[in-house]
Amino acid sequence: MFEAIAFYLFAALTIGMFTITVMTSQALYALTAMAAGMIFISAFFFMLGADFLGVVQIIVYTGAVMALYAFGMMFFDTTRTLVEKRENPRIIFLLGVIAATLVVFIMISPIISSNIEAHYPIDATVGNSQAIGYVLFTKYLVPFEVAAVMLLVAMVAGIVLAGKKMDKSLTLMAEEEIALMSATQTKPHDEEGAH
Amino acid sequence: MDVAFIVETVVKIVVILLVFSALAGFGTYFERKVLAFMQRRLGPMHVGPYGLLQVAADGIKLFTKEDIIPQNVVKPIFKLAPVITAATAFMAAAAIPFWPEFTVFGYTVHPIVSDINIGILYVMAVMAIGLYGPLLGGMASANKFSLISAARSAAVFISYEVITGLALLAPLMMVGSLSLIDINNYQVGGISNWIAFSQPVAFILFWIAAFAETGRTPFHLVANDHEIIDGFGTEYSGMRWGLFFIGEYANMFFISFVMAIIFLGGYGDGSIAGAFGLLMKVAFFFFFFLWTRAAWPDIRPDQLMWLCWKVLMPIAVLNVVITGIVILIKTQGGM
Repeated sequence: MFEAIAFYLFAALTIGMFTITVMTSQALYALTAMAAGMIFISAFFFMLGADFLGVVQIIVYTGAVMALYAFGMMFFDTTRTLVEKRENPRIIFLLGVIAATLVVFIMISPIISSNIEAHYPIDATVGNSQAIGYVLFTKYLVPFEVAAVMLLVAMVAGIVLAGKKMDKSLTLMAEEEIALMSATQTKPHDEEGAH
Repeated sequence: MDVAFIVETVVKIVVILLVFSALAGFGTYFERKVLAFMQRRLGPMHVGPYGLLQVAADGIKLFTKEDIIPQNVVKPIFKLAPVITAATAFMAAAAIPFWPEFTVFGYTVHPIVSDINIGILYVMAVMAIGLYGPLLGGMASANKFSLISAARSAAVFISYEVITGLALLAPLMMVGSLSLIDINNYQVGGISNWIAFSQPVAFILFWIAAFAETGRTPFHLVANDHEIIDGFGTEYSGMRWGLFFIGEYANMFFISFVMAIIFLGGYGDGSIAGAFGLLMKVAFFFFFFLWTRAAWPDIRPDQLMWLCWKVLMPIAVLNVVITGIVILIKTQGGM
Protein backbone atom coordinates (compact mmCIF):
# COMPACT_ATOMS: atom_id res chain seq x y z
CA MET A 1 0.00 0.00 0.00
CA PHE A 2 2.82 2.38 0.91
CA GLU A 3 4.44 1.80 -2.45
CA ALA A 4 1.24 2.68 -4.29
CA ILE A 5 0.80 5.87 -2.29
CA ALA A 6 4.45 6.80 -2.81
CA PHE A 7 4.24 6.05 -6.53
CA TYR A 8 1.18 8.21 -7.14
CA LEU A 9 2.50 10.97 -4.90
CA PHE A 10 5.84 11.16 -6.68
CA ALA A 11 4.27 10.71 -10.11
CA ALA A 12 2.00 13.69 -9.47
CA LEU A 13 4.86 15.72 -8.06
CA THR A 14 7.18 14.93 -10.96
CA ILE A 15 4.57 15.73 -13.60
CA GLY A 16 3.61 18.89 -11.77
CA MET A 17 7.21 20.05 -11.53
CA PHE A 18 7.99 19.44 -15.19
CA THR A 19 4.72 21.15 -16.18
CA ILE A 20 5.89 24.23 -14.31
CA THR A 21 9.28 23.93 -16.04
CA VAL A 22 7.63 24.04 -19.46
CA MET A 23 4.78 26.46 -18.80
CA THR A 24 6.37 29.20 -16.75
CA SER A 25 7.96 32.31 -18.23
CA GLN A 26 10.14 32.92 -15.19
CA ALA A 27 13.65 31.48 -15.49
CA LEU A 28 14.03 30.91 -11.76
CA TYR A 29 10.76 28.96 -11.49
CA ALA A 30 11.67 26.82 -14.48
CA LEU A 31 15.12 25.94 -13.14
CA THR A 32 13.92 25.25 -9.60
CA ALA A 33 11.01 23.13 -10.79
CA MET A 34 13.36 21.16 -13.04
CA ALA A 35 15.79 20.52 -10.19
CA ALA A 36 12.90 19.39 -7.98
CA GLY A 37 11.47 17.17 -10.74
CA MET A 38 14.83 15.51 -11.35
CA ILE A 39 15.20 14.80 -7.64
CA PHE A 40 11.64 13.44 -7.40
CA ILE A 41 12.42 11.03 -10.24
CA SER A 42 15.01 9.38 -7.99
CA ALA A 43 12.08 8.23 -5.80
CA PHE A 44 11.04 5.82 -8.59
CA PHE A 45 14.49 4.26 -8.61
CA PHE A 46 14.29 3.79 -4.84
CA MET A 47 10.85 2.20 -5.16
CA LEU A 48 12.16 -0.23 -7.79
CA GLY A 49 15.00 -1.25 -5.48
CA ALA A 50 17.68 0.48 -7.54
CA ASP A 51 19.12 2.50 -4.65
CA PHE A 52 22.43 3.17 -6.36
CA LEU A 53 20.84 4.61 -9.51
CA GLY A 54 18.49 6.71 -7.38
CA VAL A 55 21.36 8.36 -5.54
CA VAL A 56 23.33 8.80 -8.75
CA GLN A 57 20.27 10.52 -10.22
CA ILE A 58 20.31 12.97 -7.29
CA ILE A 59 24.06 13.58 -7.43
CA VAL A 60 24.27 14.06 -11.20
CA TYR A 61 21.25 16.31 -11.56
CA THR A 62 22.02 18.43 -8.49
CA GLY A 63 25.31 19.34 -10.11
CA ALA A 64 23.99 19.58 -13.66
CA VAL A 65 21.08 21.88 -12.81
CA MET A 66 23.42 23.91 -10.62
CA ALA A 67 25.44 24.65 -13.78
CA LEU A 68 22.20 25.71 -15.54
CA TYR A 69 21.53 28.13 -12.70
CA ALA A 70 24.95 29.62 -13.25
CA PHE A 71 24.12 30.17 -16.93
CA GLY A 72 20.75 31.65 -15.98
CA MET A 73 22.53 34.03 -13.65
CA MET A 74 24.83 35.16 -16.42
CA PHE A 75 22.23 35.66 -19.17
CA PHE A 76 18.98 36.79 -17.49
CA ASP A 77 17.72 38.86 -14.67
CA THR A 78 16.21 35.79 -13.05
CA THR A 79 13.84 37.78 -10.84
CA ARG A 80 11.90 39.13 -13.85
CA THR A 81 9.49 37.26 -16.11
CA LEU A 82 10.71 36.66 -19.61
CA VAL A 83 8.63 37.69 -22.61
CA GLU A 84 8.87 34.85 -25.08
CA LYS A 85 8.62 35.48 -28.81
CA ARG A 86 6.16 33.03 -30.37
CA GLU A 87 5.92 33.63 -34.09
CA ASN A 88 3.70 30.72 -35.02
CA PRO A 89 1.92 29.10 -32.06
CA ARG A 90 0.17 26.58 -34.32
CA ILE A 91 3.39 24.94 -35.46
CA ILE A 92 4.58 24.75 -31.86
CA PHE A 93 1.30 23.11 -30.85
CA LEU A 94 1.43 20.67 -33.76
CA LEU A 95 5.05 19.68 -33.08
CA GLY A 96 4.27 19.31 -29.39
CA VAL A 97 1.35 16.97 -30.06
CA ILE A 98 3.39 14.87 -32.49
CA ALA A 99 6.28 14.56 -30.04
CA ALA A 100 3.96 13.63 -27.17
CA THR A 101 2.14 10.98 -29.22
CA LEU A 102 5.44 9.52 -30.33
CA VAL A 103 6.75 9.30 -26.77
CA VAL A 104 3.53 7.65 -25.55
CA PHE A 105 3.66 5.19 -28.45
CA ILE A 106 7.29 4.29 -27.82
CA MET A 107 6.68 3.79 -24.11
CA ILE A 108 3.48 1.83 -24.49
CA SER A 109 4.40 -0.56 -27.32
CA PRO A 110 6.49 -2.98 -25.21
CA ILE A 111 3.75 -2.97 -22.55
CA ILE A 112 1.05 -3.84 -25.12
CA SER A 113 3.07 -6.66 -26.63
CA SER A 114 3.96 -7.70 -23.04
CA ASN A 115 7.57 -7.95 -24.06
CA ILE A 116 9.13 -6.53 -20.89
CA GLU A 117 11.46 -8.68 -18.87
CA ALA A 118 14.44 -7.81 -16.71
CA HIS A 119 17.75 -8.70 -18.34
CA TYR A 120 19.44 -8.44 -14.98
CA PRO A 121 16.86 -9.14 -12.25
CA ILE A 122 17.67 -8.02 -8.72
CA ASP A 123 20.03 -10.50 -7.13
CA ALA A 124 19.63 -10.56 -3.38
CA THR A 125 23.11 -12.04 -2.82
CA VAL A 126 24.91 -9.19 -4.59
CA GLY A 127 24.58 -5.59 -3.46
CA ASN A 128 23.04 -2.96 -5.67
CA SER A 129 26.22 -1.09 -6.53
CA GLN A 130 28.16 -4.33 -7.07
CA ALA A 131 25.51 -5.57 -9.52
CA ILE A 132 25.80 -2.37 -11.55
CA GLY A 133 29.57 -2.65 -11.46
CA TYR A 134 29.51 -6.21 -12.81
CA VAL A 135 27.21 -5.29 -15.71
CA LEU A 136 29.04 -2.06 -16.47
CA PHE A 137 32.50 -3.60 -16.54
CA THR A 138 31.63 -6.81 -18.37
CA LYS A 139 28.79 -6.58 -20.85
CA TYR A 140 28.77 -2.81 -21.36
CA LEU A 141 32.51 -2.24 -21.05
CA VAL A 142 32.95 -0.82 -24.56
CA PRO A 143 30.08 1.71 -24.41
CA PHE A 144 31.29 2.67 -20.95
CA GLU A 145 34.84 3.30 -22.16
CA VAL A 146 33.59 5.15 -25.26
CA ALA A 147 31.49 7.41 -23.03
CA ALA A 148 34.56 8.02 -20.87
CA VAL A 149 36.66 8.97 -23.91
CA MET A 150 33.88 11.29 -25.14
CA LEU A 151 33.76 13.02 -21.79
CA LEU A 152 37.53 13.39 -21.85
CA VAL A 153 37.36 14.95 -25.32
CA ALA A 154 34.66 17.34 -24.14
CA MET A 155 36.73 18.26 -21.10
CA VAL A 156 39.86 18.95 -23.15
CA ALA A 157 37.80 21.02 -25.60
CA GLY A 158 36.28 22.98 -22.75
CA ILE A 159 39.69 23.73 -21.29
CA VAL A 160 41.03 24.78 -24.70
CA LEU A 161 38.05 27.09 -25.30
CA ALA A 162 38.01 28.64 -21.85
CA GLY A 163 41.66 28.55 -20.86
CA LYS A 164 43.22 31.15 -23.14
CA LYS A 165 44.21 33.47 -20.32
CA MET A 166 44.51 30.99 -17.50
CA ASP A 167 48.01 32.14 -16.57
CA LYS A 168 46.66 35.61 -15.76
CA SER A 169 44.36 36.33 -12.85
CA LEU A 170 42.23 39.46 -13.09
CA THR A 171 41.75 39.37 -9.32
CA LEU A 172 45.47 39.76 -8.67
CA MET A 173 46.11 42.50 -11.27
CA ALA A 174 46.05 46.23 -10.59
CA GLU A 175 43.44 48.38 -12.32
CA GLU A 176 46.06 49.93 -14.65
CA GLU A 177 47.30 46.53 -15.78
CA ILE A 178 43.76 45.43 -16.65
CA ALA A 179 43.13 48.68 -18.57
CA LEU A 180 46.42 48.19 -20.42
CA MET A 181 45.58 44.58 -21.25
CA SER A 182 42.11 45.36 -22.59
CA ALA A 183 43.54 48.31 -24.60
CA THR A 184 46.15 46.12 -26.31
CA GLN A 185 43.53 43.51 -27.01
CA THR A 186 40.98 45.78 -28.69
CA LYS A 187 43.62 47.52 -30.83
CA PRO A 188 44.55 44.75 -33.27
CA HIS A 189 40.86 43.91 -33.54
CA ASP A 190 40.11 47.46 -34.73
CA GLU A 191 42.89 47.30 -37.30
CA GLU A 192 41.42 44.10 -38.64
CA GLY A 193 38.09 45.84 -39.05
CA ALA A 194 39.75 48.61 -41.04
CA HIS A 195 41.16 46.20 -43.62
CA MET B 1 4.67 -3.48 7.28
CA ASP B 2 4.05 -3.94 10.94
CA VAL B 3 2.97 -1.16 13.25
CA ALA B 4 6.00 -1.44 15.53
CA PHE B 5 8.32 -0.62 12.65
CA ILE B 6 6.33 2.47 11.66
CA VAL B 7 6.10 3.72 15.23
CA GLU B 8 9.81 3.10 15.79
CA THR B 9 10.76 4.98 12.62
CA VAL B 10 8.54 7.95 13.44
CA VAL B 11 9.93 8.11 16.98
CA LYS B 12 13.50 8.00 15.64
CA ILE B 13 12.79 10.79 13.14
CA VAL B 14 11.21 12.99 15.81
CA VAL B 15 14.07 12.36 18.25
CA ILE B 16 16.71 13.22 15.64
CA LEU B 17 14.82 16.37 14.64
CA LEU B 18 14.41 17.58 18.21
CA VAL B 19 17.92 16.69 19.39
CA PHE B 20 19.71 18.25 16.45
CA SER B 21 17.52 21.37 16.29
CA ALA B 22 18.37 21.92 19.95
CA LEU B 23 22.04 21.08 19.32
CA ALA B 24 22.10 23.56 16.44
CA GLY B 25 20.95 26.20 18.91
CA PHE B 26 23.57 25.19 21.44
CA GLY B 27 26.10 25.09 18.62
CA THR B 28 25.79 28.86 18.30
CA TYR B 29 26.41 29.18 22.05
CA PHE B 30 29.51 26.95 21.89
CA GLU B 31 30.75 28.88 18.89
CA ARG B 32 30.41 32.24 20.64
CA LYS B 33 32.05 30.95 23.80
CA VAL B 34 34.95 29.25 22.03
CA LEU B 35 35.59 32.25 19.79
CA ALA B 36 35.38 34.52 22.83
CA PHE B 37 37.95 32.54 24.81
CA MET B 38 40.30 32.39 21.85
CA GLN B 39 40.00 36.15 21.47
CA ARG B 40 40.35 36.82 25.23
CA ARG B 41 36.73 37.88 25.71
CA LEU B 42 34.00 36.40 27.86
CA GLY B 43 31.31 35.87 25.21
CA PRO B 44 27.64 35.79 26.24
CA MET B 45 27.42 36.22 30.01
CA HIS B 46 24.23 38.11 30.85
CA VAL B 47 21.32 35.75 30.12
CA GLY B 48 21.38 33.00 32.75
CA PRO B 49 24.48 31.48 34.38
CA TYR B 50 27.48 31.91 32.05
CA GLY B 51 25.05 33.06 29.38
CA LEU B 52 23.60 29.57 29.01
CA LEU B 53 20.07 30.85 28.40
CA GLN B 54 21.31 33.00 25.51
CA VAL B 55 20.16 30.17 23.22
CA ALA B 56 16.59 30.51 24.49
CA ALA B 57 16.74 34.28 24.16
CA ASP B 58 17.96 33.98 20.57
CA GLY B 59 15.23 31.46 19.82
CA ILE B 60 12.48 33.73 21.19
CA LYS B 61 13.93 36.64 19.22
CA LEU B 62 13.97 34.67 15.95
CA PHE B 63 10.47 33.26 16.43
CA THR B 64 8.82 36.55 17.31
CA LYS B 65 10.58 38.75 14.75
CA GLU B 66 8.50 40.08 11.89
CA ASP B 67 8.79 37.94 8.76
CA ILE B 68 9.67 40.53 6.13
CA ILE B 69 9.37 39.62 2.46
CA PRO B 70 10.77 42.45 0.34
CA GLN B 71 8.79 43.79 -2.59
CA ASN B 72 10.84 42.71 -5.60
CA VAL B 73 11.80 39.19 -4.56
CA VAL B 74 10.53 36.07 -6.32
CA LYS B 75 8.22 35.15 -3.47
CA PRO B 76 7.72 31.33 -3.70
CA ILE B 77 11.43 30.68 -4.25
CA PHE B 78 12.41 33.18 -1.59
CA LYS B 79 10.16 31.40 0.91
CA LEU B 80 11.31 27.94 -0.17
CA ALA B 81 15.07 28.46 0.02
CA PRO B 82 15.58 28.31 3.83
CA VAL B 83 13.37 25.23 4.03
CA ILE B 84 15.61 23.44 1.51
CA THR B 85 18.72 24.08 3.60
CA ALA B 86 17.14 22.95 6.87
CA ALA B 87 15.18 20.01 5.42
CA THR B 88 18.03 18.48 3.43
CA ALA B 89 20.33 18.73 6.44
CA PHE B 90 17.94 16.57 8.44
CA MET B 91 17.10 14.28 5.52
CA ALA B 92 20.79 13.46 5.20
CA ALA B 93 20.72 12.26 8.81
CA ALA B 94 18.42 9.37 7.84
CA ALA B 95 21.36 7.13 6.89
CA ILE B 96 23.75 8.04 9.71
CA PRO B 97 24.09 5.60 12.64
CA PHE B 98 24.27 7.87 15.69
CA TRP B 99 24.75 5.21 18.33
CA PRO B 100 25.40 1.45 18.34
CA GLU B 101 22.27 -0.66 18.60
CA PHE B 102 20.99 -1.25 22.11
CA THR B 103 18.19 -3.13 23.84
CA VAL B 104 15.43 -1.48 25.87
CA PHE B 105 12.93 -3.76 27.63
CA GLY B 106 13.85 -6.61 25.30
CA TYR B 107 13.34 -4.49 22.18
CA THR B 108 16.43 -3.92 20.04
CA VAL B 109 16.73 -0.38 18.79
CA HIS B 110 18.85 0.50 15.76
CA PRO B 111 19.61 4.20 16.10
CA ILE B 112 19.59 4.76 12.35
CA VAL B 113 16.41 5.74 10.53
CA SER B 114 17.11 3.64 7.47
CA ASP B 115 20.15 1.40 6.92
CA ILE B 116 20.18 1.57 3.13
CA ASN B 117 23.10 -0.21 1.49
CA ILE B 118 24.33 2.97 -0.21
CA GLY B 119 24.30 5.02 3.02
CA ILE B 120 27.30 7.28 2.56
CA LEU B 121 26.42 8.11 -1.04
CA TYR B 122 22.92 9.09 0.03
CA VAL B 123 24.23 11.29 2.85
CA MET B 124 26.62 13.15 0.56
CA ALA B 125 24.00 13.54 -2.21
CA VAL B 126 21.34 14.99 0.08
CA MET B 127 23.85 17.26 1.81
CA ALA B 128 24.83 18.55 -1.62
CA ILE B 129 21.21 19.52 -2.36
CA GLY B 130 21.46 21.71 0.73
CA LEU B 131 23.56 24.18 -1.26
CA TYR B 132 20.43 24.96 -3.30
CA GLY B 133 19.25 26.93 -0.26
CA PRO B 134 21.90 29.66 -0.50
CA LEU B 135 21.75 29.52 -4.30
CA LEU B 136 17.98 29.99 -4.57
CA GLY B 137 17.81 32.43 -1.67
CA GLY B 138 20.52 34.51 -3.28
CA MET B 139 18.99 34.44 -6.75
CA ALA B 140 15.45 35.21 -5.59
CA SER B 141 16.41 38.08 -3.29
CA ALA B 142 16.73 40.83 -5.94
CA ASN B 143 19.80 42.05 -4.09
CA LYS B 144 23.26 42.38 -5.62
CA PHE B 145 25.08 41.04 -2.58
CA SER B 146 22.75 38.06 -2.52
CA LEU B 147 23.33 37.43 -6.21
CA ILE B 148 27.11 37.46 -5.72
CA SER B 149 26.62 35.00 -2.89
CA ALA B 150 24.50 32.75 -5.13
CA ALA B 151 27.20 32.78 -7.82
CA ARG B 152 29.77 31.91 -5.19
CA SER B 153 27.72 29.03 -3.84
CA ALA B 154 27.56 27.56 -7.35
CA ALA B 155 31.34 27.95 -7.57
CA VAL B 156 31.85 26.34 -4.16
CA PHE B 157 29.57 23.47 -5.13
CA ILE B 158 31.41 22.56 -8.33
CA SER B 159 34.73 22.82 -6.49
CA TYR B 160 34.29 20.73 -3.37
CA GLU B 161 31.98 18.04 -4.76
CA VAL B 162 34.78 16.43 -6.79
CA ILE B 163 37.11 16.36 -3.78
CA THR B 164 34.54 14.74 -1.48
CA GLY B 165 33.76 12.07 -4.05
CA LEU B 166 37.35 11.21 -4.91
CA ALA B 167 38.51 11.36 -1.29
CA LEU B 168 35.73 8.97 -0.25
CA LEU B 169 36.49 6.59 -3.09
CA ALA B 170 39.78 5.33 -1.64
CA PRO B 171 38.41 4.22 1.79
CA LEU B 172 35.33 2.79 0.09
CA MET B 173 37.58 0.67 -2.13
CA MET B 174 39.16 -0.80 0.99
CA VAL B 175 35.86 -1.45 2.78
CA GLY B 176 33.95 -2.62 -0.27
CA SER B 177 30.60 -1.30 0.96
CA LEU B 178 28.76 2.01 0.95
CA SER B 179 26.86 1.41 4.18
CA LEU B 180 28.09 3.48 7.12
CA ILE B 181 27.48 0.52 9.46
CA ASP B 182 29.72 -1.72 7.33
CA ILE B 183 32.37 1.02 7.27
CA ASN B 184 32.15 1.20 11.06
CA ASN B 185 32.40 -2.57 11.45
CA TYR B 186 35.47 -2.64 9.18
CA GLN B 187 37.38 -0.63 11.82
CA VAL B 188 36.11 -2.55 14.82
CA GLY B 189 39.51 -3.96 15.90
CA GLY B 190 40.76 -0.87 17.71
CA ILE B 191 42.57 2.38 17.10
CA SER B 192 45.16 0.83 14.77
CA ASN B 193 42.36 -0.27 12.42
CA TRP B 194 41.04 3.25 11.91
CA ILE B 195 40.92 4.24 8.25
CA ALA B 196 42.48 7.58 9.16
CA PHE B 197 45.81 5.72 9.55
CA SER B 198 45.63 3.66 6.38
CA GLN B 199 44.14 6.56 4.35
CA PRO B 200 45.61 9.74 5.89
CA VAL B 201 45.50 11.63 2.57
CA ALA B 202 41.84 10.86 1.98
CA PHE B 203 41.09 11.85 5.59
CA ILE B 204 42.71 15.28 5.24
CA LEU B 205 41.13 15.89 1.82
CA PHE B 206 37.65 14.96 3.07
CA TRP B 207 38.17 17.13 6.12
CA ILE B 208 39.08 20.12 3.94
CA ALA B 209 36.10 19.49 1.67
CA ALA B 210 33.84 19.30 4.75
CA PHE B 211 34.71 22.93 5.47
CA ALA B 212 33.59 23.89 1.97
CA GLU B 213 30.49 21.73 2.25
CA THR B 214 29.30 23.39 5.46
CA GLY B 215 30.59 26.83 4.41
CA ARG B 216 32.79 27.24 7.45
CA THR B 217 35.48 29.80 7.80
CA PRO B 218 38.34 29.33 5.45
CA PHE B 219 35.65 28.76 2.80
CA HIS B 220 32.99 31.02 4.27
CA LEU B 221 32.82 33.04 1.05
CA VAL B 222 29.11 32.36 0.48
CA ALA B 223 28.14 34.68 3.32
CA ASN B 224 31.23 36.68 4.12
CA ASP B 225 30.07 39.45 6.46
CA HIS B 226 32.91 41.83 5.65
CA GLU B 227 32.51 41.88 1.89
CA ILE B 228 28.97 40.85 0.91
CA ILE B 229 27.01 41.65 4.13
CA ASP B 230 25.30 38.33 4.86
CA GLY B 231 25.29 37.07 1.27
CA PHE B 232 22.15 35.05 0.59
CA GLY B 233 20.83 35.93 4.05
CA THR B 234 20.87 39.69 3.53
CA GLU B 235 17.15 40.04 2.78
CA TYR B 236 15.98 37.39 5.25
CA SER B 237 14.65 38.06 8.72
CA GLY B 238 13.20 36.15 11.61
CA MET B 239 12.75 32.39 11.47
CA ARG B 240 13.47 32.13 7.73
CA TRP B 241 16.99 33.29 8.44
CA GLY B 242 16.93 31.04 11.51
CA LEU B 243 16.23 28.02 9.29
CA PHE B 244 19.40 28.73 7.29
CA PHE B 245 21.22 28.84 10.58
CA ILE B 246 19.75 25.58 11.88
CA GLY B 247 20.59 23.91 8.56
CA GLU B 248 24.19 25.10 8.70
CA TYR B 249 24.79 23.95 12.27
CA ALA B 250 22.93 20.65 11.84
CA ASN B 251 25.09 20.04 8.76
CA MET B 252 28.22 20.67 10.85
CA PHE B 253 27.12 18.03 13.35
CA PHE B 254 26.14 15.51 10.68
CA ILE B 255 29.35 15.88 8.69
CA SER B 256 31.25 15.48 11.99
CA PHE B 257 29.41 12.20 12.55
CA VAL B 258 30.22 11.09 9.00
CA MET B 259 33.92 11.90 9.40
CA ALA B 260 34.09 10.19 12.78
CA ILE B 261 32.41 7.05 11.42
CA ILE B 262 34.36 6.78 8.17
CA PHE B 263 37.82 7.74 9.31
CA LEU B 264 38.04 7.52 13.11
CA GLY B 265 36.42 4.17 13.81
CA GLY B 266 32.90 5.37 14.60
CA TYR B 267 31.38 3.69 17.65
CA GLY B 268 33.83 0.79 17.48
CA ASP B 269 32.56 -2.55 18.80
CA GLY B 270 29.28 -1.05 19.98
CA SER B 271 30.03 -0.95 23.72
CA ILE B 272 29.04 2.04 25.83
CA ALA B 273 32.65 3.24 25.79
CA GLY B 274 32.65 3.09 22.01
CA ALA B 275 29.42 5.04 21.81
CA PHE B 276 30.73 7.79 24.05
CA GLY B 277 33.96 7.68 22.05
CA LEU B 278 31.92 8.50 18.94
CA LEU B 279 30.39 11.49 20.72
CA MET B 280 33.87 12.65 21.78
CA LYS B 281 35.12 12.41 18.19
CA VAL B 282 32.11 14.37 16.95
CA ALA B 283 32.71 16.98 19.63
CA PHE B 284 36.34 17.22 18.54
CA PHE B 285 35.41 17.75 14.88
CA PHE B 286 32.82 20.35 15.87
CA PHE B 287 35.35 22.12 18.05
CA PHE B 288 37.82 22.04 15.17
CA PHE B 289 35.30 23.91 12.98
CA LEU B 290 35.15 26.67 15.62
CA TRP B 291 38.91 26.62 16.22
CA THR B 292 39.59 27.15 12.52
CA ARG B 293 37.18 30.04 12.46
CA ALA B 294 39.15 31.75 15.22
CA ALA B 295 42.54 31.00 13.69
CA TRP B 296 42.22 31.35 9.93
CA PRO B 297 41.41 34.20 7.56
CA ASP B 298 38.84 33.76 4.80
CA ILE B 299 40.01 33.03 1.28
CA ARG B 300 38.75 34.39 -2.02
CA PRO B 301 36.49 32.37 -4.36
CA ASP B 302 39.21 32.05 -7.00
CA GLN B 303 41.62 30.77 -4.35
CA LEU B 304 39.10 28.11 -3.31
CA MET B 305 38.68 26.97 -6.92
CA TRP B 306 42.44 26.98 -7.44
CA LEU B 307 42.91 24.93 -4.27
CA CYS B 308 40.22 22.40 -5.13
CA TRP B 309 40.92 21.86 -8.80
CA LYS B 310 44.67 22.36 -9.10
CA VAL B 311 45.94 21.07 -5.75
CA LEU B 312 43.45 18.79 -4.03
CA MET B 313 41.96 17.03 -7.05
CA PRO B 314 45.29 15.71 -8.45
CA ILE B 315 46.24 14.53 -4.95
CA ALA B 316 42.88 12.79 -4.59
CA VAL B 317 43.21 11.07 -7.99
CA LEU B 318 46.75 9.92 -7.15
CA ASN B 319 45.50 8.61 -3.83
CA VAL B 320 42.78 6.58 -5.56
CA VAL B 321 45.24 5.14 -8.11
CA ILE B 322 47.80 4.19 -5.45
CA THR B 323 45.11 2.65 -3.25
CA GLY B 324 43.91 0.60 -6.22
CA ILE B 325 47.40 -0.67 -6.98
CA VAL B 326 48.07 -1.59 -3.34
CA ILE B 327 44.74 -3.44 -3.03
CA LEU B 328 45.46 -5.28 -6.28
CA ILE B 329 48.93 -6.36 -5.12
CA LYS B 330 47.56 -7.47 -1.74
CA THR B 331 44.78 -9.60 -3.22
CA GLN B 332 47.12 -11.08 -5.85
CA GLY B 333 49.64 -11.94 -3.12
CA GLY B 334 46.94 -13.63 -1.07
CA MET B 335 45.83 -15.81 -3.95
